[in-house]
Amino acid sequence: MSSILEINNLSLSFGGVKALQDVSFRVPENTVTTVIGPNGAGKTSLFNCISGFYKPQQGTIRYQGNVLADIKPPARAAMGLARTFQNIALFRGMTVLDNIKLGAHVHMKSGLLGSLAYFGAARREEMAVRKHVEQHIIDFLEIDHIRRQPVASLSYGLQKRVELARALAMRPKVLMLDEPVAGMNREEKEDMARFILDIREQWGVTVLMVEHDMGMVMDISDHIAVLNFGQVIAEGLPAEVQNNPQVIEAYLGTSDMDSLRKKLNPEREVA
Amino acid sequence: MRIGDAKQSYEADEAIWSSSTQKIWFAFFLLALAAFPFMADAYLLYMGCLVGIAVISTTGLNILTGFTGLISLGQAGFMGVGGYTVAWLSMNTALPFPVTLVLAGLLAAAVGILVGLPSLRVKGLYLAIATLAASVFLHFIFAEWESVTGGMGGMSLEPAHLFGLTFQTDFQMYFIIVPLAVLMVFAAKNVFRTRTGRAFIAIRDRDISAEILGINLLRYKLMSFALSSFYAGVAGGLFAYFYRVVTPESFPLSMSIFYLAAVIVGGMGNLLGGILGAAFMTLIPELLGMLTTALTPYYPNAPVFMSPMLGIIFGALIVGFLIYEPHGLAEIWHRIRRFFSLWPFKN
Amino acid sequence: MDWLFFGEISLAGLAMGGLYALIGLGFVIIYKATRVINFAIGEIMMFAAYLFLTFAGGMEMSPWVALPLAVLGGSVLGGVIEKVMIRPMLGESPIAVVMVTIGIASILVGLVEMIWGADPQLLPGFLPRKPVFIGEMYLAPKIAYGFLIGAALLIVYLLYFRFSRGGVALRATASDQAAAYSMGINVRRVFNLAWVFGSLAASLAGVLVAATGGLSPQFGAIGLSVLVVVIVGGLDSIVGALVAGVFIGWLETVAGAYLGGEYRMPATFAVLAVILVLRPYGLFGTHEIERV
Repeated sequence: MSSILEINNLSLSFGGVKALQDVSFRVPENTVTTVIGPNGAGKTSLFNCISGFYKPQQGTIRYQGNVLADIKPPARAAMGLARTFQNIALFRGMTVLDNIKLGAHVHMKSGLLGSLAYFGAARREEMAVRKHVEQHIIDFLEIDHIRRQPVASLSYGLQKRVELARALAMRPKVLMLDEPVAGMNREEKEDMARFILDIREQWGVTVLMVEHDMGMVMDISDHIAVLNFGQVIAEGLPAEVQNNPQVIEAYLGTSDMDSLRKKLNPEREVA
Repeated sequence: MRIGDAKQSYEADEAIWSSSTQKIWFAFFLLALAAFPFMADAYLLYMGCLVGIAVISTTGLNILTGFTGLISLGQAGFMGVGGYTVAWLSMNTALPFPVTLVLAGLLAAAVGILVGLPSLRVKGLYLAIATLAASVFLHFIFAEWESVTGGMGGMSLEPAHLFGLTFQTDFQMYFIIVPLAVLMVFAAKNVFRTRTGRAFIAIRDRDISAEILGINLLRYKLMSFALSSFYAGVAGGLFAYFYRVVTPESFPLSMSIFYLAAVIVGGMGNLLGGILGAAFMTLIPELLGMLTTALTPYYPNAPVFMSPMLGIIFGALIVGFLIYEPHGLAEIWHRIRRFFSLWPFKN
Repeated sequence: MDWLFFGEISLAGLAMGGLYALIGLGFVIIYKATRVINFAIGEIMMFAAYLFLTFAGGMEMSPWVALPLAVLGGSVLGGVIEKVMIRPMLGESPIAVVMVTIGIASILVGLVEMIWGADPQLLPGFLPRKPVFIGEMYLAPKIAYGFLIGAALLIVYLLYFRFSRGGVALRATASDQAAAYSMGINVRRVFNLAWVFGSLAASLAGVLVAATGGLSPQFGAIGLSVLVVVIVGGLDSIVGALVAGVFIGWLETVAGAYLGGEYRMPATFAVLAVILVLRPYGLFGTHEIERV
C-alpha cells in the first residue's frame, strides 16, 4: 500500500529543547494510523509540523509524494490536510452549523462582492454547501438535533464531535485527530471509534491519530508508530508494537505484577 | 406569541426572516421609515439624517471590530477621506452623488488597505496603533494640503444631485441617507450569511483554527478593514453633502471614540446592535445639549462644560458597557423580546 | 554642516529621549506584568502634570513638595484604575481590555478639561535656570535637569527590579502567572503594584515634559509617541523601552529642528512603518510562539 504521508528524518528543536529527533515513519493510504507515546514525546509538535505551524530544522514531510516545504497552513488545508485539536478549537461565537460550514471554506468560491449581493451565485453556493453538509456530515455524525445551537453551550463530547464534523467538511484526504476521545466516557468513545472507522471505510480518508486510550488504539488502528522523547522507537502492526519490549518498557507496561514487584524491590524475595 | 417553527427547506432556514410575522413587522418598519419625513418636524428630521449617517459608519466599524475582532481608532479619519473626496468631486466635477459616494468609499478603502498592509501582517493590536497614527497623519494632510483640501478653512460643497434633481434640504437628504443605510445594513447581513462573513468571525474567535481551515488571515483581515473603511468613506461623504462643508476639524479623534463607543454600547458583533448603538450615541449629545440649556440659567458656565462632559460620557459608556453589559443594547433588546414572546408564560 | 548646532539639537533630543524612555518603561512594566496595552498612559501623565500645576501653582506649595505629591497622585490614579476598571476585565479578550483603556483615556481628557479648562498652561518653574554647557554645546537647563531627575528614577527602578523581592515577584508574575500564584505570590497585588509603579514612572515623566513644553488637555497625544517607542523597542522589553525611547526622542527633536515642527510626528510614524515591516515584534521584544 502506498504511503500518503511520509515523515523523513524530521528534527525540530526550540532553543535547546529537542522536540523531535530524526523522526521517520510512514502513513499508509486509507488506514487508521496512530501515533502513541508518553506525554511530552513530541506528538503534538509532530502534528504542528505537518500542519505547517512549526518549521522543522531538518527533514522533510512528503504528502502524496510531494515535499511540503514552505507551504503555509491555509494552503495545506486546500491540499486536503485537515486537523482537530487537543483543546477544542471551535469558534465559540457561532452555531454548530456555521462552524461546520466553515470547514468547507476552502472549497468555496464566493468573494466579497458576491457575498455583499448574496442573491445569485453566493446564495446558490451556500445552499449547495448546506445540502452537502446536512446530508453527508450532520446525519452521519448524528448531530442534527443541535445544529442551530451555539457551540459554547454544548457538552464536551458533542463539541469534539462538531470539531470532527468541521474537519470532515474540508473534504480531507488526510484527517489528523489530536486525542479525539480524551475526556470522553465509554459510550462516547465507542461512538467516536465507530465514526472513525466509518470515515475510513465510506469516505476513503486516511486517519492519522494521536491517542492515549490503548484499548481503542489497538482495536481500530491498522498501523502504529511509537514516539518517545522525540524519537520513533517502534513502527508496525498493533500486535507487533504491543509486544515490542522497548515499547513496553517506555510506555505500555505489562500486566505482569511479578516483574513489576521485582523491579521495585530487586533484593527481596516475593513469596 | 411564537411557539415553534419548522422549516421546510434549507432556503427558508437560511433566510433573514424566520416567519411571516417577522416579515410583516419589517415591512411596517420600512413604511414607517418612508413616512417619517412627512410627519416629523425639522428637528426630528435633522436627527433622522444624523442617525442614518451614524448607522452606516457604525455598521462598518462593527464589521471590523465586532465581527472580525480588530480595533480601529481611525474611523473618523476614513470618514474624512470620504468627506473630502466628495467635497472635491462636487466642486470640481459634475458627477452625480451615487458616483461620488462610491468613489469616496473606494478611496477610503484604498487608504485602509495601505494602512492595513503593514499592521495586519502581525497578530496583535498593531492595527489600533496604526489607525491612530493614520488619523493623525490624515488630519495633517487635511490641514496642510491646501491646494486640494482648502487647508484649515476647509471646503464647501455643491449640493448632491442626480438626473437634474438637487438634494439641499434635510427632507431631501433623508431620502438619500436612509435608503442607503438600509441597503448597506442589508448588504452587511448578507456578508455574514456567506463564507466571507464566517471567515471574519473565525478570525475573531480563534485565528489559528481559521488558518488550519484554509483561511488566509492577511487577506481576510484586509478585506474586513477595506470593507469597513468603505462604509466609513460613504458615511463621510454623506456627512459632507449634509453639512455642505468640511474642515479638518469635522472629523476629530473624538469622533473615532464616538463610533467605537457606538459599536460597544450597541453590542459588538451584532448588526442590530450597530443600529441601536448608532441611534443611542447620536442622541446623547442632543440630550446633553438640552440639559445644558436647561442648566444655563443656574450655571452660566454650563455650555463650556458640554464638550469635555461628552468625552467623559463616551469613555464611561465604553468602560461601563464593557464591564457590565458586553453584549450591549442588543442583548437588552433581546431580553425584552424574549419576555414578550413567551408571555403569558412567565419563564 | 553646523556640527555645533547638530550636537546641541542631539543633546536636547537625547535628554528628551531619556524622558521617553522613562514613560516607555512605565508602559512596559504594566504590559509585562498584566499583558495590558495601556492606551491611557499619556492621559495618566497629563493628570499628574495638572496635579503639579494645582499644588505648585494654585496652592503655592514648594515645587519640591508638589512634585512628589503629583507623582503620588498619578500613581494612585493608576492603582485605582487597575482595581476598578481593569481587574473586572480579567479573563476577557485583550481587545476588550484595550478598549477599556481607550475609554479611560477619553474620561481623563474630559475630566481634565472640566477641572482645569481647555487653555494651555505653563507649569511653575522649579528647575535651576543656569544654562548648562557640555563642552561648547548649550543645553536648555530645564531639559538637562529634567533628564537628570528622570534618569535618577530610571536607575532606581532598574535596581529595584533586579534586586528586590518586589521586583522579582513582578518578573515572576510576568513570565508565568499560575506558577507565581502557586509560589505564594499574591498575583492580584502584583498586578496592582505594576500599575502603580508604571504610573509612577509615567507621572514623573509627565511633570518633567510638561515643565519643558507646556500643558494642555491635548497633552495625552504624547502617548502616541510612547506607543511607537514601545513597539520599536518591543512591548515587553525594558531594554527596548530605554533604547527606543532615547532614539525616538532624539529623532523627533532632530526632525523638528531641521524639517520643521509639523514633521516631528511624521518622522516618528515613518519609523513605526519601517519597524512594522521589518521587525514587528520590536528590536528587543519576544516573539510569542503560540502553543497550538
